[in-house]
Amino acid sequence: MNLTILIVMAVLTGVLGSPYVTDTDVTPGSDSAGMSAHPNSVPEAADGTEVFHEEGVVEEEGVEEDVMATGELNPSHYPAQRAANVVKHYLNTRYGSPYRWVGLHKVHSANAEEVAESGRKYHLEISVQEMTGNTTEKCSAEVLFPALENQRSPQVQASCEALLTANTTAQEEALYQQYRRNHTLLSGHNLPDSYGHIDPDMKPLWHLGGVASSFVMLKESTENTLYNMAQVANVTQLETENDQLRFNYHVLLHDMVSQEIIHWKLLVTWSPAEGVKVLQMEELPKCEHCEVPPKPN
Amino acid sequence: MEKTMFKSWGLILFMLTLKGGLETSSSLAERLESKRNYNYTKYHPMEEIYKWMEDVERGNPELVSSSVYGLTFEERNITLLKLGLENPEGREKKAIWMDCGIHAREWIAPAFCQWFVKEILQSYKTNEKLTEMLQNLDMYVTPVVNVDGYMFTWTNESNRLWRKSRSLPPSDCGCRGVDLNRNFNANWGTVGVSYNCCDNTYCGTSPVSEPEAKAVTDFVGSRLNQILCFLTIHSSGQLILLPYGHPEISAPNYDELVAVGKEAAAEMKKVHGMDYTVGTSPQVLYKNSGSSRDWARLVGIPFSYTFELRDKGEFGHLLPEDQIQPACEEAYAGALSIITFVHDKAFNNVTTVPNAAVTTVTGITTVTGVAITIWSTIMAFSLTTGVLM
Repeated sequence: MNLTILIVMAVLTGVLGSPYVTDTDVTPGSDSAGMSAHPNSVPEAADGTEVFHEEGVVEEEGVEEDVMATGELNPSHYPAQRAANVVKHYLNTRYGSPYRWVGLHKVHSANAEEVAESGRKYHLEISVQEMTGNTTEKCSAEVLFPALENQRSPQVQASCEALLTANTTAQEEALYQQYRRNHTLLSGHNLPDSYGHIDPDMKPLWHLGGVASSFVMLKESTENTLYNMAQVANVTQLETENDQLRFNYHVLLHDMVSQEIIHWKLLVTWSPAEGVKVLQMEELPKCEHCEVPPKPN
Repeated sequence: MEKTMFKSWGLILFMLTLKGGLETSSSLAERLESKRNYNYTKYHPMEEIYKWMEDVERGNPELVSSSVYGLTFEERNITLLKLGLENPEGREKKAIWMDCGIHAREWIAPAFCQWFVKEILQSYKTNEKLTEMLQNLDMYVTPVVNVDGYMFTWTNESNRLWRKSRSLPPSDCGCRGVDLNRNFNANWGTVGVSYNCCDNTYCGTSPVSEPEAKAVTDFVGSRLNQILCFLTIHSSGQLILLPYGHPEISAPNYDELVAVGKEAAAEMKKVHGMDYTVGTSPQVLYKNSGSSRDWARLVGIPFSYTFELRDKGEFGHLLPEDQIQPACEEAYAGALSIITFVHDKAFNNVTTVPNAAVTTVTGITTVTGVAITIWSTIMAFSLTTGVLM
C-alpha cells in the first residue's frame, strides 16, 4: 500500500512538474510579483486565454472529475455555485434594501460556454431567497466572465419569477422617515459581533451593509472567487442629502477561495424611491507589516 | 486503657467514614454540575474549555480519560478526550478520530466537539448501540487543535476572524501564522496554497513544520491500525468533503466514501432540513493540498471526511449562538452515521449480549435500531455497486 502511494506520487510529480506550480487560476489584478505567490496566481500566465487553456488541460487529465469547462455543469459543484453567487450580488444591487437582502438558495441547472473574444458565459437556473423573509423565488440568469484582464467585472442578466416583490414598502418607508428624523446620527459596529449577535434595531443597517457590499463583490468577482460579507465593522450615518440617507460603511468581505478577509470603505446612499447606491468604494490595503514580530537576537 | 484505644479507633473510623461520605457526595455534585451547568449553546473561551475537559473526565471516569498529545507554538496543551468503555471480552479495540478548531475563527467547530462529547455522555447508558460501539472502539475527540489561534480570536473583536496558527514567520517574511490545514504531509505545497506567510492559506516552511500538525500526525500516525475513521470539523459552507484536495488524485474507495458521505448528509437533513453537499474539495469547493483529511486517507485510514458546518454565507464564521444547538444536532447525526457505519463494517454487526438489567423494551428498540443500521448499510453498498463507474 505504501509503495503504491509512493509510485503514484512519483508519477504525479513527473506529470505535474515542479511542486512550486500553484493553482492554475488567476485572480486579475493580483500583485504576485517576485517571490510572493498569491494562492490563485500562475507564474507564467499573462492573460486570460492562457489560463483557460491550462484549465482545459487539467480537466482533460482529471478523468474522475465532471467536465467543468463547457457544457452542462454539475449544479452543486463550484463553477456553477460561484457563478450563481455573482447573480446573487447582482440581484442585491438591483433590488436590495434594508428590508430585502437576497441570498442564494439553490442552483438547479447550469451551463457554460466559451464566447469568442468575450470570455465565458454561464446560463443558470437558480432559486434565491430573501434572507429577511422565508420566500424563495426562481430566476434565470446569464453571467459573462470577461476574458480580458482590464475589463474585470462580470456582466449579469437575470429575470426572476416574482421579481422579489415581497411587500417591504411600508417597513422601508417607516425606517426612512425614522432615520431622517434622527437628531443624533446613527452608528454601529461589529454587525454581527463575535458571537454572531446583532441588535434587532441594527439589523436593517446590517442588511443595508450587505446590499452595499454586493456592489463591490459584483465588481470584484471572477470564476476564482466566492465572496460574502463577513461583517460590518463600522457604520456611521452622515447628513441626509437630496433626500437620500447617507452612510459611511467599513465592511469586511470574505473570499472563500483565498480565505482572505478584505476591508472596504463605502459611501452608501439609500431611499425607498432611489434604492441603494454606492457613491464611493475604496479597498483598504492588507496591512502586511502590521505584525512584524521582534526579530531574534 | 483498652477502652480509650477502642474509643480512638472508633473516632478515627467515624472520621474516615465521614470524609469518605463527603467525598462521595462532592464528586456526585461535581458529576451533576459537569453535566448540567455547562452551557453547550454558548461559545466558550479556551480556559473554560480546558476546565470543562477536566470536569468531564473527573465526573465520568468509567468513560472518559484525557491526554495531552502535544504543545502549540506558544506551548499550550493540545488535549484530547478519549471516550470508551472496557471491552467485555477483552478484545482489542479500534478507534475513531475527531478534531475541531484547526482554524481559529470557526467557533462552531469546537462547540460541536463539546456537544458531541456531551451527547455521548448523556445517552450511552440508555443507548445499547452506543454502549456496544464504545465497547468496541475508542473515540478520540480534540475540541481545539489550534489553541493559540482560537485564543487569539478571543483577545479582541478585531482578531475574531483570524484563521491560522500563531507561529513566528521565517526571517524573510513579516506575518505570523500558518494555515494548519495546508501544513500536513499530503501533496504538501502543490495546489490551493500560498507561499507568502502573510496569506491565509500559507502552508508553512515544510510539511508538518507546525507543532499542532505534528501533534496530530504523531498521535494518529502511531495508531493507524486502530483508527477506522478520521473526521475533521470546520465551518462554514455546509459540505461533507472527501479526499483528495488535489484534482488529479482519487481515493481507491471513492465510491464508498461518496455513499457513506451521502448517507450522512441524508441523516443531517432529517434533523432540520439543511442541505449538506457531498464531494471532493476540488468538486464542490476548491483545490487544496496539505489538509489533515488528505493526510489521514493517504496514510491508510479508509474513511476520512471534512465537515464544513453552517452556514452558507449569511453569517459565515460568525454563526449566532442561537444556531449552535441546531447546527450541532445535525452535525451529530452526520458524524454518528459515519461512525456507526465504520463500526459495523469492522465488527460485522456483532452485538454484545444485553445486560441483564436492561429491560426488554429497550432490547427490542435496540434490535430494531441495529436492524435499520444493517439495512441502511446494505442499501448504501447496493447503491454504491449500482453507480460504480
